[in-house]
Amino acid sequence: MRPFLYQRATDPDMAVQALSAAAAANNPLTQATTQPLAGGTTLIDLMKLDVMRPTAIVDINPLAQGWSAISPDGENLRLGALAKMSDVAAHDEIQRNYPVIANSLKLAASAQLRNMATLGGNVMQRTRCSYFRDVSYENCNKRKPGSGCAAMDGVNRMHAVLGISDQCIATYPGDFAQALIALDATVEIMGKSGSRSMPFAELHKVPGHSPDVETALQPGELISAFTVSGRWPRSVYLKARDRQSYEFALSSAAIALDLQDDTIRDARVALGGVATVPWRAREAETLLKGQKFDDGLAQRAADAAFADARGRRHNSFKIALGKRVVARALQQAVAMEI
Amino acid sequence: MTAAAPEPKANMGKPLSRYDAVSKVTGRATYASDMPLANPAYAFLVTSAIAKGRVDGFDLDDARAVRGVIDIVTHENAPKLKESKLFSNGGYAGTTIQPLKSPDIAHDGQIIAVVIAESYEAAREAANRVKVRYTIAAPSATFDSPGTTTAAAKGQNAQFKEDPKVGDFAGAFEAAEIQLTASYDTPTQHHNPMELFTTSCAWIGDDLVIYEPSQYVYGLKNGVAEQLGIDAGKVRVVNPYVGGGFGSRGSMTPRTAIIAGIARRLNRPVKLVATRDQGFTITTYRAETRHEIKLGASRDGRLVALRHEGAELSSRADAYCVGGTKTTTRLYACPNVDSLVSIVRADRNTPGFMRSPPEVPYLFALESAMDELAVKLNMDPVELRRVNDTTNEPIGGKPYTSRSLMACFDEAAKAFGWAQRSPQPKSMAEGDWLIGYGCAATCYPTQMGPAAARVRLQRDGRTRVEIAGHEIGTGAYTVIAQTAAERLGVPLEKVAVFMGDSDLPPAPVAGGSNSTASTCSAVMMVCDQIRQRLFKAVMPDSLTDKAKETVGIGQAPTTQAAKSDRPLDLEKAFDTLGVGVVEEYGEWKPEGAPLDSFRAMHSGHVRLVGGHQMKDKIAYAFGAEFVEVRVNRFTHEIRCPRLVGAFAAGRIMNPRTARSQLMGGLIWGMSSALLEATEIDERNARYVNDNLADYLVPVNADVAGVEVILLSEQDDHINPAGAKGLGELANVGTNAAICNALYHATGQRIRKLPVRLENIEV
Ligand SMILES: Cc1cc2nc3c(=O)[nH]c(=O)nc-3n(C[C@H](O)[C@H](O)[C@H](O)COP(=O)(O)OP(=O)(O)OC[C@H]3O[C@@H](n4cnc5c(N)ncnc54)[C@H](O)[C@@H]3O)c2cc1C
Ligand code: SF4
Repeated sequence: MRPFLYQRATDPDMAVQALSAAAAANNPLTQATTQPLAGGTTLIDLMKLDVMRPTAIVDINPLAQGWSAISPDGENLRLGALAKMSDVAAHDEIQRNYPVIANSLKLAASAQLRNMATLGGNVMQRTRCSYFRDVSYENCNKRKPGSGCAAMDGVNRMHAVLGISDQCIATYPGDFAQALIALDATVEIMGKSGSRSMPFAELHKVPGHSPDVETALQPGELISAFTVSGRWPRSVYLKARDRQSYEFALSSAAIALDLQDDTIRDARVALGGVATVPWRAREAETLLKGQKFDDGLAQRAADAAFADARGRRHNSFKIALGKRVVARALQQAVAMEI
Repeated sequence: MTAAAPEPKANMGKPLSRYDAVSKVTGRATYASDMPLANPAYAFLVTSAIAKGRVDGFDLDDARAVRGVIDIVTHENAPKLKESKLFSNGGYAGTTIQPLKSPDIAHDGQIIAVVIAESYEAAREAANRVKVRYTIAAPSATFDSPGTTTAAAKGQNAQFKEDPKVGDFAGAFEAAEIQLTASYDTPTQHHNPMELFTTSCAWIGDDLVIYEPSQYVYGLKNGVAEQLGIDAGKVRVVNPYVGGGFGSRGSMTPRTAIIAGIARRLNRPVKLVATRDQGFTITTYRAETRHEIKLGASRDGRLVALRHEGAELSSRADAYCVGGTKTTTRLYACPNVDSLVSIVRADRNTPGFMRSPPEVPYLFALESAMDELAVKLNMDPVELRRVNDTTNEPIGGKPYTSRSLMACFDEAAKAFGWAQRSPQPKSMAEGDWLIGYGCAATCYPTQMGPAAARVRLQRDGRTRVEIAGHEIGTGAYTVIAQTAAERLGVPLEKVAVFMGDSDLPPAPVAGGSNSTASTCSAVMMVCDQIRQRLFKAVMPDSLTDKAKETVGIGQAPTTQAAKSDRPLDLEKAFDTLGVGVVEEYGEWKPEGAPLDSFRAMHSGHVRLVGGHQMKDKIAYAFGAEFVEVRVNRFTHEIRCPRLVGAFAAGRIMNPRTARSQLMGGLIWGMSSALLEATEIDERNARYVNDNLADYLVPVNADVAGVEVILLSEQDDHINPAGAKGLGELANVGTNAAICNALYHATGQRIRKLPVRLENIEV
C-alpha cells in the first residue's frame, strides 16, 4: 500500500469534481489516480496488494442518504448504488418480486462483507485472477497492458470460458450483475456534465485487446442507481461453488421466466463464473421463447448458451458444468410456485 | 453435535473449562506480536518472484526515498550468520536454505531483502518499491517436472531408518486369491495458522529476547544462538500463546536469526509480521505425495500380502520425508509385507511437519485401498477391518500396548447408523443429492519425550507450575493445571501455569502429539516429589514408605496415584518442615529414552520415543471415522453433512479439550479431502493461491454435524499419565473415509485429493 489522499465527498457534485480533477482524460478508469471508495472491500484490498495505486480516494459513503434507497414501487424497481448488499438481500419485496436479485446477493461473499459492500461497488468489483492480484507476476495485460497473460497457460481453474480474448481470460467474479443483466436493468450514471443512463448490459466490456478497460465508465463518473422495469417473481439464481458459503461461483445462472401454462412467453438467461463479463445468453433465450417447457428444451437452451465457450487446461469443466447449471436453474424456475 | 463437555467415562479426567478461556475470549491472551517493545523498528520482507536463479542486482533508490526507511538489508550487507543443520540431522532448522547469504535463489518466495523502517506502513511501501534484477533458471516444480531427481529415502534422511518388510511379499501377492493394485495422490498443503509468522527481537546488552510463535522454544533458542554464534544462555524465547501451530512452528525458520542479527546491528528492537502469502514460502508445508498400494487377500478377506510404495517431494537442499510406511505396514495382520519410500527433489522450499505428517497421506492410500478390497470381496468394510485386526504388529511381532480399533468401529458405526446403509453404490439419494456413506480407520503413534518441570506449593495451597510447554490452542494450560491440582489435591483455581518461555524448565517440541503425555508425566513426577517431602514431614517412617508406594515417585502409573487420595494436613506439614514454600524441580524421561536424553533436552534437541520404536511393544492411539457425503446430481457439488468419529487414546485427561481437538481434526480431515490444495504454477514452480480466499478451508456452512465419541481405554504401558496423544489422531482417517463415501454415492473411485466437483462424473 502506498500513501494516498483521503477525501470525503460532501455531495455528489463535489465527488464528481474531485474524481474528475485528477483523472487524465485518456486513462482507463482502472488506472485513474483518483478512485471512489464505497464499502472498500475490493478497493482497499487491491491497494494493500499494491495492485491499485491511486494517489487519492474519494469516500462516497456520505452520499448514502440520497443514494441508498431501495424503492420497489410495485411495477418498477430502483436501487441506490450505495445500498448495502445485505439490506437489499433481506428486503421483503425484493425477495418476493425479484428473487433472482435477492438470492444473487444473499449467496455472495460473507455476511460481514455484505454488510460493508454496496451495490455500486459490487458491480465494479474486479477479477479474482491470482496473477492479476499478485504484482510479483510480470505478465498481466489487465494490470500492465502489453505484458502478456500468465493465466493463459498457468493455473486457470477459476477462469472464463466465454467472452475471452487471447489477451485475457479473467472471470468477472460477481453474482448480482447477472441478475441485473438478466432483468434488462438500466444503470444511472452521474458525471461532470450531469446524469446519463445506459443499459446495464453496456456497462462491462469484454477484454478484447484492452483488458484494462473493464467498463464504459469514464474517470469522474459514478454509478448512482440501478433500475429494473417490471416484476420478476419467477426468477432464480443458482450458484455452484466449492464451498457451501463465502465462495465465488464456478458457474452460476440467473434465470427469469414469464410462463403461461407451460409456455415460455419471455425468458432471461445470464451466466456467472464462466465469462469475462456479466453474460447474457441470448441464444438460449431465443430457443426458449414461445416454447413449451420440457427437460429437452432446457438441455438445448443450455447447449446454446455455451456454444461458443472455449476452455483452457484447468477450466474446461466449466462448460459441461455451466450447461447443467443452466438446465437445472431453468427447471427450478419453471417449478416455482408463484 | 456431541456436548462440548462430554461426561467422563472410566479413566477420564473432568471436562473442565479451559484455564485460558476468559483470556482468550476477552482478547487478553497475549501472542508474540502483542508483546510490548520499546521503540521498535519494523521489518518487511521482500521475497523472490522466481524459484531458481540469482539476484543480479537491486534498484533501491525508490525504496530508500520512502520517508521512515532506516535500512534495506540484502545479501550484500546482511549480518553474517552461521549455518544450521536440518533438525533431522541433529540441527534445529526446518531448512538449510539460508537466505541473504548469497545472491542465489533456491525456491519461490525466498527472502531476498528486508526493509527496516520506522513504521510497518513505511516498510511495506518501501518493500513494494524495491526493484530486483534476476537471472532466471528453469526450475523443476513437482513430480514429473523435467530436472527432478529421485532416490530412496533410506540413506538420505537420518530419521528414515528402514523400509519395513517381512515375509515374502512377491510370492504371496502372486499366489493371492484376490489382488488389488491402486495408486493414490495427495496434494501440497499449507498450515495457514491464524496467527501469522511473526518475529520480534530485542537485545538487552548481550542478551536476546525473541517473541515468536513457536512450538519449540528450546529448539528455537538454541538454534538462533548457534546461528548468531552466541551462548544459548543469552537467548530467551517467549510466547505464552501460539495462534495455531499444526507443525509449521516446530523447527527454526531462517527469518528469526536474520531479524535478531538486524536488531543487534541497529541496537534497537525489530518487529516482523510476515504477510499471509509470505507464510507459504518462508516456512514449511506438507509436500505432495504419490502412492502405490498392492494388497493380496484370501476370499474370506484375510490379507496375505501388502506393499506400500510412497514418493514424496522435497527441496534440492534437504531430504525431508515423512515415511508413513512405518504405520501402514503395521496396521493390519499380514504375514508378507514390503515397502519403499523415495524422495523426489525439486526447486522448492523444504517441506516439514504438518498435522499428522506421515499418517495423513499414507493412511489415505491404505484406507482407500482397504475399501476397494472390501468392494472386490463384496464384504462390509468394517468386517474387513475386523478380519485383519491384530494384537501384534506384523513387522517385528511386537504387541500393541492397547488397541481398541474394532471397539471404535463398532461404537462409531452404531452412532452413525451404518446399518442403514444400502451397500450398492448410487443406491441412496434425497432430492437433488446422491448420498454416500464411508468409513476408515484412523491411528496415530503414541509418543513422548523427556521433560522437566518446577512446581512450587505454598502453605495456602497456591501452586505455581513452570514448564516450557506450548499452548498452541490444544488446551495444554488446562490439562497441566488439572494434573497438578489433582496430584497435589489443591483446587484448580489455586494453580497457575507458566509456559511458552525458554527460561522455564525444558519440554519437548509441541509436535507428534507428545505434549500432554510428556508434560503431564513430568508435572506428575514433580508433584509427587512435593508430596513425598510433605508426607515425610508429618508421618512416621513406616507410613512414609506406604505413601511412597501409593503416591509413587517417578513412573508410577496414574491410576494407582489417582486412588492414593491421602488426606494430608498441609498447614501441619509446612509447620513441621518450618518453611512457607515447598518447591521441587525434576526431570522426567520416558522408558526407553536414549542415554543423552536430558542433555539433548536442554540443548533443544528432540528425543521422542514411542510408536513403533519401542523395544518390545508398539503404542498407537486408534479410532474409526464414518462420514456421509452428498453429491449434487446437477452441479456435482460435494458436501459432507455428517462426520462421526470414535476414538480411544488411553487416559483422556480432559474430555472437553480432547473432544475439541478431535472435532477440529475431523473438520480438517474433511477440508483436506475436499478443499485444501496449494496450486503450483508448473512453469515457474511458484505457489499461486497463497491467500485464504483462494486456499480453501471450510466455512461454518460446510460443517453441519460432527460427533466425537470418546472410548474408555486404560493403558499402563506407555507413560505415567497413561495418556496417548490425540491432537493428530482425527484428521488421518477422514481423507479415505470421504473418498470411500464418494464411491458409495457415485460408484466412482477417486484416488487423488482434494476431490473437487470437476472430478465427479455422475
Ligand atoms: C473474500 C471475498 C469473497 C467475496 N465473495 C463474493 C461473492 O461470492 N460474490 C460476489 O458477488 N462478490 C464477492 N466478493 C466481492 C464483494 O462483493 C465486493 O468486494 C463488494 O461488493 C464491493 O463493494 P464495495 O462497496 O466494498 O466496493 P469498493 O471496494 O468500495 O469499490 C469497488 C470498486 O468500485 C468502485 N466504485 C465503488 N462505488 C462506485 C460507484 N458508486 N460508482 C462507480 N464506481 C464505484 C471503486 O472505486 C472500486 O474500484 C467477495 C469479496 C471478498 C473480499
Ligand atoms: S487472465 Fe487477465 S487478469 Fe489474469 S493474468 Fe491474464 S491478463 Fe491478467
